[in-house]
Amino acid sequence: MEVMNTTVIANERYGDTDDCYFITLEAPKLAATCRPGQFLHVRVGDSHDPLLRRPISICTVERQRGLVKLLYKVQGRGTALLAKIKSGDIVDVIGPLGNGFTLVDKNASVLIVGGGIGAAPLYLLAQELQAQGVLVEVLLGARSAKDLLLVPEFQQLGIKVRVATNDGSVGKRGMVTELLPSPLTMVEKIYTCGPMPMMKAIATLATQHQVPSEVSLEERMGCGVGACLACVCRIKTTDSSDYKRVCVDGPVFNGEEVLWHG
Amino acid sequence: MGKPNLAVNLGGVQMKNPVTTASGTFGFGQEYSPFIDINQLGAVVVKGTTLLPKDGNPTPRIVETPAGILNSIGLQNPGVDYVVSHYVPYFKTLEVPIIVNISGSTVEEYALVAEKLDQAGGVAGLEVNISCPNVKQGGMAFGSDPAMAAEVTAAVRDATKLPVIVKLSPNVTDIVKVAEAVAKVGADGLSLINTLLGMAIDINSKRPILGNIMGGLSGPAVKPVAVRAVWQVYQAVSLPIIGMGGISTAEDALEFILAGASAVAVGTANFVNPKATVEIVAGIEKYLEQNNIDDIKSLVGAAHR
Repeated sequence: MEVMNTTVIANERYGDTDDCYFITLEAPKLAATCRPGQFLHVRVGDSHDPLLRRPISICTVERQRGLVKLLYKVQGRGTALLAKIKSGDIVDVIGPLGNGFTLVDKNASVLIVGGGIGAAPLYLLAQELQAQGVLVEVLLGARSAKDLLLVPEFQQLGIKVRVATNDGSVGKRGMVTELLPSPLTMVEKIYTCGPMPMMKAIATLATQHQVPSEVSLEERMGCGVGACLACVCRIKTTDSSDYKRVCVDGPVFNGEEVLWHG
Repeated sequence: MGKPNLAVNLGGVQMKNPVTTASGTFGFGQEYSPFIDINQLGAVVVKGTTLLPKDGNPTPRIVETPAGILNSIGLQNPGVDYVVSHYVPYFKTLEVPIIVNISGSTVEEYALVAEKLDQAGGVAGLEVNISCPNVKQGGMAFGSDPAMAAEVTAAVRDATKLPVIVKLSPNVTDIVKVAEAVAKVGADGLSLINTLLGMAIDINSKRPILGNIMGGLSGPAVKPVAVRAVWQVYQAVSLPIIGMGGISTAEDALEFILAGASAVAVGTANFVNPKATVEIVAGIEKYLEQNNIDDIKSLVGAAHR
C-alpha cells in the first residue's frame, strides 16, 4: 500500500452512458500487486475543496503493461472533477486498499451479479476466476440499456452474460435479482456488488440456500486506511455484532455476516 | 549556523520537533506506517480512549463540507484496558512519545482512565478531551464550563504524574476562561482547538446527513478560528500550547507557532496527504534555515512581539 503519483493514459466516457467514465492510469507497482475487489483512494484535485479523496474500485489491470483501469460514475463534485482530467495529467492515489474478493478453486461454478456501477470491481474478479478455470456466469442490471456497464467486456472473456433493465429496454424488464437461477444451490458461490437493497436481497437468498456469498460494501470514507473509523458497517460476530471498517476489514464481506440497514 | 533546533519540551513531553498528530485521525499509530516513519514525528497523539469500550455512532459518520469535514465518530474505541494490554506494548517499541487522549462521561471515569494509563508505562502524556462535541453525553458539557473543566483536570491531575495536556473546545463563549481555569488546577499544557460543532442536510432526502445529526468540523475551513484561539490563550496563560485546526502545510503550522503554539498537531490533512506530518517537519526546518533562526522556541508567539 503506497501513496503515489500516476500518469493518466486515457480518461473517456464509457459507451453510451451519460455519466460513467473509464480512466487508465500508468501505475506499474499497483498493476503488479492489486487484487479483485480492492480500491484506490483518489485525489481529484490539488485544492482544499473538494477536500477528501474519492474511493474508487479497481475495474481491471494490464499487469505486463503496468496499467490500472477504474470505471467510475459521476455522482458529485469529486467525480465530476475526475471526469475532466486529461491524458498526460497526474493523479495522486493511495492503494491498493481493502481486502479483495476470495477466489474459489478450479472447476467451481460461480455467479457474479452486478447492479449499475457495482459491475466495475466484478470485472477483474471475473477475469481472474476464469483464468483459474472457474466457471463464471454474470448477471448485470441497470436502469436502462445505455446504463449497462461492461457487457461486451464480460462477453469477450467468453462468459455468459444475462441482463435486466428497469425499463425493459434490453434483457428482462425488472430487477437483476429476478434473473437468479432456481434452484440457487447449483451455484457454489455468489459475488455481488451494486445498490445496497440489491446486495441485501442476494445475500439473504444465498444464505437461505446455504450458498456462500461475498458482497462489496461502500460507506462514506475519511482516511481510507483504517485510522479514522468513519466508514464502518455492522458485521455479525459469534454472539453479537461489531463495527468493522469498510476500507481495511472490507470492502468485501461475507454476505451472511452483514447486518443490513433497513 | 548548524542545523536549527526543533526540539520542544511540551509540559514534560520531550518532542524532537514540534509536530504531532490530532487524536482520532491517526488511529493508534500503526495505520500510517506504510507511508511514513512515525518515529520522525515529535509525538503521536492516539485515538481517544474511555473507561469502557464504546461502539460509536451510527453511520454516516463523516461528510465533506467546504474545505473541511464534519465527523461524528462517537469515540468508538476498545476501552482503556484493551489499550493497555494490546497497544501499550507496541508503544514501548517506538522512538516517539505517545500521548493518549482520554475521555469520560463522569469526572470519576476520567480519573480512572488516567490512573490505568499512568500505571501502564509506555505513555508519555495524557491529552484530556473535555471538548468533543458529543451532544448526547459528557464531553461537550465539561468543556464549555470553566468550573467543570477545572474539576475534570484536577481529578486527572490527582490520578497521574504524567504530563496532563487539556484539549480545549472552541464551542464556548470565552476559551480564555476555560484555559485559565484548567491552568490553575495543574494542567501541564493545553491543546486547541478541538472541532467546531456543525451539521449538514441532504436536500434530496430532506434529512441531516450524519447519523448523529451533528458533528465536529475540521480541516482548512477552521484554521482562522484556531489561530485566533491560540493567539488569545497565549496572551492569557503561560502554559505551552499544541495548536491545531486545519494545518495542511508548514506555512499553516508556522502561523500557529507565531500565534503562540509551542507545537502543532496535524489531523484532517493526513486523510488528504498521508505524508503531511513529515513534510511539515521538513518545511518548518527549511523555514528556520532560510530565515537564519537557530531555535524554534524563538518563533513561539513572535507575532505578539
